[in-house]
Amino acid sequence: MKHFKLVYTAGVILLSVLLTLGIASLILAVLGADVLKTFWVIFCYPFTTLKNLSGVINIMTPLTIVGVGICVAYRSGIVNIGGEGQMIMGLLLAIVFALNTELPRALALPAILFFGVLGGACWGALPGLLKARFGVSELLSTVMFNYIAAQFYSYCLRVPLLDPAVAGGSGDPQTVKLSTSEWLSRINEVFPSLDKGMRFHTGIFIALLIALLVYLFMWKTPVGFKMRAAGASDRAARYGGISVSRYMVLAMMISGACCGLAGTVEILGVHHRGLGNCTGGYGFSGIVVALFGGLHPLGVIPAAFFFALISYGCSALQINKIPVPSNMIDVLQGLVILVIVAAKLVLANPYLMDRAQRRLCALLGRKEAA
Amino acid sequence: MTPNAITSLRIEHITKRFPGVLACSDISLSVGKGEVLALVGENGAGKTTLMNILMGLYTPDEGKIYINNQEVVFKSPSDAFACGIGMVHQQYMLVPNLTVTENIALGMAQLQDGAKQDPFLTRAKRAAKLDLAAVRRHIVAISEHYGLAVDPDAYIWQLSVGEQQRVELVKTLCFGAKFLILDEPTSALTPQETDELIALLRRMSAELSIIFISHKLAEVKALSSKVAILRGGRLVFRGNTADHSSADIAALMTGHEVYLPVNQSKREPGKPMLEVRDLFVRGDRGNMALNKLNLTVRAGEIVGLAGVSGNGQRELAEALTGLRMIESGEVLLDGVNLAGKTPRQIIAQGMGYVPEERNIEGIVPTMSIRENLVLKDIGKPPFSHAGLISNKKIDQNADALREKFDIRCSGVNVAAGSLSGGNIQKVILAREISRNPKFLIAVYPIRGLDMGAAEFIHKQLLALRDQGVGILLISEELEEIINLSDRIAVIFKGQIQRTLGRGEATQRKLGMMMAGVKEI
Repeated sequence: MKHFKLVYTAGVILLSVLLTLGIASLILAVLGADVLKTFWVIFCYPFTTLKNLSGVINIMTPLTIVGVGICVAYRSGIVNIGGEGQMIMGLLLAIVFALNTELPRALALPAILFFGVLGGACWGALPGLLKARFGVSELLSTVMFNYIAAQFYSYCLRVPLLDPAVAGGSGDPQTVKLSTSEWLSRINEVFPSLDKGMRFHTGIFIALLIALLVYLFMWKTPVGFKMRAAGASDRAARYGGISVSRYMVLAMMISGACCGLAGTVEILGVHHRGLGNCTGGYGFSGIVVALFGGLHPLGVIPAAFFFALISYGCSALQINKIPVPSNMIDVLQGLVILVIVAAKLVLANPYLMDRAQRRLCALLGRKEAA
Repeated sequence: MTPNAITSLRIEHITKRFPGVLACSDISLSVGKGEVLALVGENGAGKTTLMNILMGLYTPDEGKIYINNQEVVFKSPSDAFACGIGMVHQQYMLVPNLTVTENIALGMAQLQDGAKQDPFLTRAKRAAKLDLAAVRRHIVAISEHYGLAVDPDAYIWQLSVGEQQRVELVKTLCFGAKFLILDEPTSALTPQETDELIALLRRMSAELSIIFISHKLAEVKALSSKVAILRGGRLVFRGNTADHSSADIAALMTGHEVYLPVNQSKREPGKPMLEVRDLFVRGDRGNMALNKLNLTVRAGEIVGLAGVSGNGQRELAEALTGLRMIESGEVLLDGVNLAGKTPRQIIAQGMGYVPEERNIEGIVPTMSIRENLVLKDIGKPPFSHAGLISNKKIDQNADALREKFDIRCSGVNVAAGSLSGGNIQKVILAREISRNPKFLIAVYPIRGLDMGAAEFIHKQLLALRDQGVGILLISEELEEIINLSDRIAVIFKGQIQRTLGRGEATQRKLGMMMAGVKEI
């Protein structure tokens, strides 16, 4: 039974996947949908055309950046639920700057991104400071800061930044469109030789770069080491001469900066203007992505791709005439999380594995190797 | 159901496997009426596993248990309770904000729920019938019968550790235990409390059988009639305690001759290395935990700080390392005032610290051994250059220290928290000593460690002393303090009661001074 552990692990994972699909099938069957076709649309349809795949990549981009930011906070001992608020404040500052700048594209783009980062970093630093200075739980403060940011943004959209074209009308409040020189290009605009379907914007490269940089920062520099030590055990870190409160604030700033950047990239790449609801809930789903990615910046990349895939797939259900609401994405996300948590618990428990091994040995009628 | 008296308990060929570990291998033991069996062995020898099997917490893979020559099978702790076996664990299972009576009543309700045959309605019935007055009468009767002084109306949080332990004993007896299992009963007690407990258990052994687990050979000799020694999950020795010396038992326990090193150096210590002057520090509840404390430790000197825990030891250690704010007073390390400095600055001044809570303060448990070994130096060469970590240097450092300090692990990449207590302490000591400190504060350095590890740690401390490092050894173990110290300071209510030279101190004298007696 040399390979028992491998077989066992693979077995548990396979079982979890089957379990997820089983429960999802049950729900779909209850909804009266064609189960196989629904799964085909969710998991395979996004791969059918380059246009669809581009859609997946566009969703993956902000998810990756937010997920990386959540990782930094989480590894430093802070659960940052304020991703939404930090995205909003980042993109708001970026839009205000973008609407008022006359800089040429080569300077304007980096500057807009910088202001997005700045806005998110400041909004993230506040709960960090509150926690470091007064011990305010970040679970409370970040959620409250989400509300403040959302209401402030809503006010800005309706009053100072309101697009005159929709003023007085019944349309949703929005800002004027950014000038095209400030947009993130689509990949087929940068490389005209590419297929017309390759429509994803270049933000994905920013996302991948950020994931790599954050990984290097957290695992290859002394500052990252100290942040991880402070997050893993604050008392031991303090004992080791690490200023836990300082790194707490720094971690929240970096985390907020990532979220602010994600919001800005989403505006520059997809919406090209400020809209209500333009964060797409990525500030929250980024948390799921971070956990699914093992709280590792590089693990976040495939995790973000996976969630982008099912998210795009679910939104395509309507077009494919499947009578399932696109909210199915939420159900699937929830299922995936539950099954991952359960599988992790099972895999982390050596006693269960031991028992399984002995049962199997007994079943095969072999004498157990001590 | 009231269990019958247990006249004999026998276990035969008990084997228990955990993943990758053979915790108990073919162990057979027997205890007769009125006998006290001491179960000794190093950490990880399988003592606690064996007792957990007796308590029904684990089921053995092989082997049988007999009570009064009848085979019994324990599927859960309530089965063991029902047969009259009771255990007092190392960590007490009491609710601090309930009274003694309420705590015991709580346990009774749970116990009887589990043992009852009729599974329905009983819980509700029992809750409705909860008769605290009857429970209280029962407690008083038991405590008078065995001479266990317990105030049934006191809240648990008001009680000292020794009193809480008596509550645990009364609780176990109230459940009808006829056979007691005690897991390291003296590990948290002061010397006086330990003596009282031993006298108490000796009285109780007239009516009950007792198994107790211990590291401390003095107690084993004082209390037990029989001794069983486990090593690596096997029973290596079984015999009458009276026929064997402590040294024999220690040798059987570790598998080699043990000698706990004694400070015999004649070398004169050097200049004052740490001077504490009129130190005031607040405790967690805002009280003055240190009240004008004065203390000097010279280079090449070990000063033992003896005292009952809670007299300011923790606050002193934390104030000296910058983890706790100093209200007023001076702390000079080699002439530099440390008051108001951050832990990082104090570490840079050459302060080493082996903290009390090694598992959560001394190491970051989820980080690897190699990372923990450089916790204090990661930002400096050779472990990082130009803002980047040098993994090669960290690995070299870890391999060298693992070798030098005999850290037993499957590799330096495993999480430090997965190591045994002794190996965690070796990791901490390796880090502190390899930083070449001027001064070292060691708080309860061998608490909970087995003899082999304790011997190693003590040798390291003495070697460090001989290199001219000043050491403040904070401990409750008088034997440890007397063995190692050049001078012994006794702390009581945040002040140094008196300082004694190596020759003057005896356990008795120190014990009295720790209790607050000034002149003897």
